Amino acid sequence: MTRTFLGMPATAPPGVGQLRGTEPFPSAARRSLADPQLRRNLGHATTTIRAKSAGVIAEVPDWERLREAGRAIKADVLARLPELLEQLEARVSAAGGVVHWAADANEANRIVTDLVRATGSDRVIKVKSMVTQEIGLNEALAEAGIEPVETDLAELIVQLGDDRPSHILVPAIHRNRAEIREIFLRAMPGVDPALTDEPAALAAVARGYLRQTFLTTRVAVSGANFAVAETGTLAVVESEGNGRMCLTLPDTLITVMGVEKVVPTWRDLEVFLQLLPRASTGERMNPYTSMWTGVTPGDGPQAFHLVLLDNGRSAVLADEVGRQALYCIRCSACLNVCPVYERTGGHAYGSVYPGPIGAVLSPQLTGVADNASLPYASSLCGACYDACPVKINIPELLVQLRDQAPHPRTEAAAMAAAAYTMDRPRLYEAAQRAVRLSRLAGRRGRGLPPPLDGWTGSRDLPDPPAQTFRQWWAGR
Amino acid sequence: MRIALFVTCLADTVFPEAAKATVRLLERLGHEVVFPPEQTCCGQMHVNTGYQRDALPLIRRHVRTFDPYDVIVAPSGSCVGSVRHQHPLVARRAGDERLAGRAEDVAGRTYELSELLVDVLGVTDVGAYYPHRVTYHPTCHSLRMLRVGDRPLRLLRAVRGLDLVELPAAEQCCGFGGTFAVKNADTSTAMLADKMRHVLSTGADVCTASDSSCLMHLGGGLSRLRTGVRTVHLAEILAATEQGETAGTPTRMAVRP
Repeated sequence: MTRTFLGMPATAPPGVGQLRGTEPFPSAARRSLADPQLRRNLGHATTTIRAKSAGVIAEVPDWERLREAGRAIKADVLARLPELLEQLEARVSAAGGVVHWAADANEANRIVTDLVRATGSDRVIKVKSMVTQEIGLNEALAEAGIEPVETDLAELIVQLGDDRPSHILVPAIHRNRAEIREIFLRAMPGVDPALTDEPAALAAVARGYLRQTFLTTRVAVSGANFAVAETGTLAVVESEGNGRMCLTLPDTLITVMGVEKVVPTWRDLEVFLQLLPRASTGERMNPYTSMWTGVTPGDGPQAFHLVLLDNGRSAVLADEVGRQALYCIRCSACLNVCPVYERTGGHAYGSVYPGPIGAVLSPQLTGVADNASLPYASSLCGACYDACPVKINIPELLVQLRDQAPHPRTEAAAMAAAAYTMDRPRLYEAAQRAVRLSRLAGRRGRGLPPPLDGWTGSRDLPDPPAQTFRQWWAGR
Repeated sequence: MRIALFVTCLADTVFPEAAKATVRLLERLGHEVVFPPEQTCCGQMHVNTGYQRDALPLIRRHVRTFDPYDVIVAPSGSCVGSVRHQHPLVARRAGDERLAGRAEDVAGRTYELSELLVDVLGVTDVGAYYPHRVTYHPTCHSLRMLRVGDRPLRLLRAVRGLDLVELPAAEQCCGFGGTFAVKNADTSTAMLADKMRHVLSTGADVCTASDSSCLMHLGGGLSRLRTGVRTVHLAEILAATEQGETAGTPTRMAVRP
């Protein structure tokens, strides 16, 4: 039986975009952990955002009810996604927009490239967007001779540094201002060598560089935070105003959006526009919220294209436990509270979606075999579940994905043997007595053999006691 | 009250002192403790490592073993968390609705030690004496799965002679995470290093928690660095009295290079 025969939705194709790492998480993490600058930058940044976010969340008396409402709206959306998407398509079309359906990254990249080509422009300005990073749109455009210019400050730092984003919201979180200054001096044309690493000075240089690009580029590409089915309205929330420039100045606007971003009604935004900024940047309200419906004659872009992207989302939707990963509104609260992310940073996850949500989303989008180490990149501490503004049960999902992941043969054999023994109390008691790890560890107590040397490399191991509890109990 | 002890496989095999202390403490408070010998392991390691099918017979065994008892206690937040949150889920996914229902029923009667003491037995001063400087690490599953809140701290504050010092960044995971500690040993150790730094900053002689597993990890690290700080299960502190020996015996280490 093939995948096609069963009618199972396809996962995201390999060879395009950035959903798969080149090495397993443990070895990638080992490298990041050894980078003191990265550790310091991440520790400082996540601690700051955590405190700020906790402060503004504490102000909202009905935060828990808002979370529940956000979760319920998303569950409803996924339960009737086809209907809502068709409604969205009809409304956007009626308002003068053109809707395109892209099954995967390759199709989406082709659609966007063709649309840009048709305008004759050889450059596009971009609003920060996770989905275009996911599909590798910048690389596809560059290959077609079109220059993509990132206009979000942090995304620009990443682009100029020939780097990869390491955080959903703060893509250059792994860089500090000294490093940013160096990147600007190296990669930004005409920067005064006397540039300091004062944040205001760095922002001013980027502003000068971008302003000319905003005014002379006729095509913009954006993602979308929300799309309202009942009106065909798209919404982008941001902090810097670069998004507003991209969404209003050019002649042509192309928006790429994952299909799960649709919400039924305008009123549903009320919930998410409260949840998102507080969970995300720790702000009461994000500085810019741009909304548009199709095209408006004489005002803003006169051509609007909406590309609806699947790229594995239908496969996620098909899994009744896994589908809650599609509730994600990309706030990155789970990253900021994750003790693993805080220490390894985002690159170790391989995918553009790092941290706890990445560990459950990426393997589902690609098929778990292609990201088999990610579900294990968590101590299951549960901080992500508490922080998630739409109540995605990430620990539950991680455990579920571990069940689907391919297992090392020796581990599977050991687990089966352990379960067999533990289901037979007499045998279990015999095993308890037989297990003397000191024997395994060698006479000099140097350490356990692989794979258990992972334990003894950094921690001592207690000797099993002379008497187990049940022996003590039996002898009372 | 008649209380069934769910000892947990780790306490039974490696840390019996925590389980013996649980028995002594509850008996001192006038309760009857029973130990159903058919129990082995709740299956959490299998579930969390991705072996739900292997865990199923262990869940069945656990439910069958503890079904006859009205009140069940375990000296582990993590294992109680597994019983409450994983057993019904795994049973349901395996299509065994009847087992799921029974598992929920058993879970409803299963308590972590501090929950049992404070919520069921209604006691915070258990008459303990422990003349040491102690810091408390609220393990992730106690904190976020069970929401034990400040129950362990209320119990510790009532212990005579005990100097309780607050642990900075207490809510952060120590890095144990079951097989995570081995599969992602580097990341686990980085988390452990920060936790140890916070423990050492308190100047405590003893770090306590309600989970032998986290304490094995934390204690293993503290021993490796020869910090001189010991890890002691909450039950052992609560079981200690003026009449007994409270200095504790240092854990013998099989691996201590």
